[in-house]
Amino acid sequence: MSSNNTAGAGPSLGAGLPGASVNLGRKPRPGETAIKAVLFVSAMLSVAITVGILVALVEPVIHFFAEVPFGDFFSFDEGQRFAVFPLITATLMTTAIALMVSVPLGLGAAMYLSEYASRRARKYLKPTVELLAGVPSVVYGFFAVMFVTPTLLQDILGLGVGFTNALAAGLVLGVMIIPTIASLAEDAFSAVPQALRQGSYAMGANRMQTTLRVVLPAALSGVAAAIVLGLSRAVGETMIVALAAGSQKNFSLNPLEGMQTMTGFMATTAGGENPVGSTSYNTLFAVGLTLFVITFVINMVSIALVRRYRQAY
Amino acid sequence: MASATSSDTFPQMGSLGEVHVSAERRLPDAPVNPVMETRDLNVFYGDFHAVHDVNLAYGRHEITAMIGPSGCGKSTVLRCLNRMNDLVAGAHVEGEVLYHGQDIYQKNVDPIAVRTQIGMVFQKPNPFPKSIYDNIAYGPRVTGMKVDNMDDLVEEALRGAALWDEVKDKLKQSAYGLSGGQQQRLCIARTIATKPDVILMDEPCSALDPIATARVEDLMLELRNEYTIIVVTHNMQQAARVSDRTAFFTARPDETTGNRTGLLVEYDLTSTIFSNPNDKRTEDYISGRFG
Repeated sequence: MSSNNTAGAGPSLGAGLPGASVNLGRKPRPGETAIKAVLFVSAMLSVAITVGILVALVEPVIHFFAEVPFGDFFSFDEGQRFAVFPLITATLMTTAIALMVSVPLGLGAAMYLSEYASRRARKYLKPTVELLAGVPSVVYGFFAVMFVTPTLLQDILGLGVGFTNALAAGLVLGVMIIPTIASLAEDAFSAVPQALRQGSYAMGANRMQTTLRVVLPAALSGVAAAIVLGLSRAVGETMIVALAAGSQKNFSLNPLEGMQTMTGFMATTAGGENPVGSTSYNTLFAVGLTLFVITFVINMVSIALVRRYRQAY
Repeated sequence: MASATSSDTFPQMGSLGEVHVSAERRLPDAPVNPVMETRDLNVFYGDFHAVHDVNLAYGRHEITAMIGPSGCGKSTVLRCLNRMNDLVAGAHVEGEVLYHGQDIYQKNVDPIAVRTQIGMVFQKPNPFPKSIYDNIAYGPRVTGMKVDNMDDLVEEALRGAALWDEVKDKLKQSAYGLSGGQQQRLCIARTIATKPDVILMDEPCSALDPIATARVEDLMLELRNEYTIIVVTHNMQQAARVSDRTAFFTARPDETTGNRTGLLVEYDLTSTIFSNPNDKRTEDYISGRFG
């Protein structure tokens, strides 16, 4: 056995060499181990919670479909108690209106802040835009019911809308997610290297061409992430739609009518009068799982789209 | 009046044997009918006086090099020549920058129109995150150039930048797949695609290896036949190899604030600057005693 071949740093190892007395052996570092364990647990905890939510969601759904036929759930019939499609169309309606408001305004605000505004203007405007994100959604809900529907839609625009309608809910939802889209998209624009803008200006491009043809494509993945996050918030937002869109299932593509969204349905059903384990109670989870699948699919599709079209710098 | 005969022959490179002038060209002492000229050019960034009283004339179909130590204002002067300094917050220019006799800092001058005539290549290659083809086509598209056949224009620009043979089979691929030297030649191709009159180059080879540098330098000598080139460089050998005239800048610290203001020390034929400079500071710099 050759003793001078072992990994341990005994004092006899290479005794004749300079620095031979330095101990290179491994020292125990208990603090490092403990921190690694804590960090691992926090990482695993969020995974575990996600899995837990999914399990808690799926289990009542299994019971639900034991009692209710698929056809009754996946039905367009708004009179049918368990029909989900009227809820889905209502959610898509309010979300689509919200995006029509928030994508142009949010991206416009982001472009202005990042590409046009002076340093001074940006210093004051960006926090102001972000302040909008701090307004509680119930306040937005009341804003929709007390101002947007009666004053804006009925009095000013003269539309024949009822007390609850998808248009008011969608518009206010859109206002709610403007700061999310504006702030994240502004970050994405600002992250585009200055060298690309200079290259564009040096070619004789103007500011709009530089913004739309160089900065926007280069920032596309960040911009798409901003829109998807805004979209997810719109799909999942409950308070505004529960207050402003109505609590009546309505399979309609007319935004002037009231219609109950998926989240609105869940808020109503979770109200308390349905005993745990009852079919009505389990409906909640069936709708919840549908909502989860929809947001998941939207996320996947948008990631794939961004991969396809982005211009990475 | 300087007599033409005295400048007809280049003085021999005496003490600086390792420096070679690329091509023997017969040039007048000073540019005749210069394409661009700066007159009493002063540049400020906020309160900071970056460049003091620069008077320079840039000759047609010549390569003019601007050299000097860091902070001497040579890049600042270059960025004034196509109003790229407009993009720097707080930048302020005094004096005149003449392009064919017209002051490009006049109020009625459109900086975008200036930049279509005076293109620029930057220190670090900055291709757009688009395909090679779209990088070249970008300039003609945004400036609304009348183009009969974009494919031909792209090929012509890439040939002009000696890049065509390397990329002709992958025009639709991302420009980011090219090497650094190829990217820089792509940026040169992109610039000549808009058919400018003058090309500004801001240390175009400082991010490149020696082989890529040699290719870009060869390209500059070819482009000289059609364009006027003004190049800022840290590399004295590069200035000696490619340029016809050299302007040497230095930085002078302010006695009270300590801020360093750039100024032009000497401007002459490159052969004169490198063999027989007038100013002691130029001689010290090019012989490596300073900077």
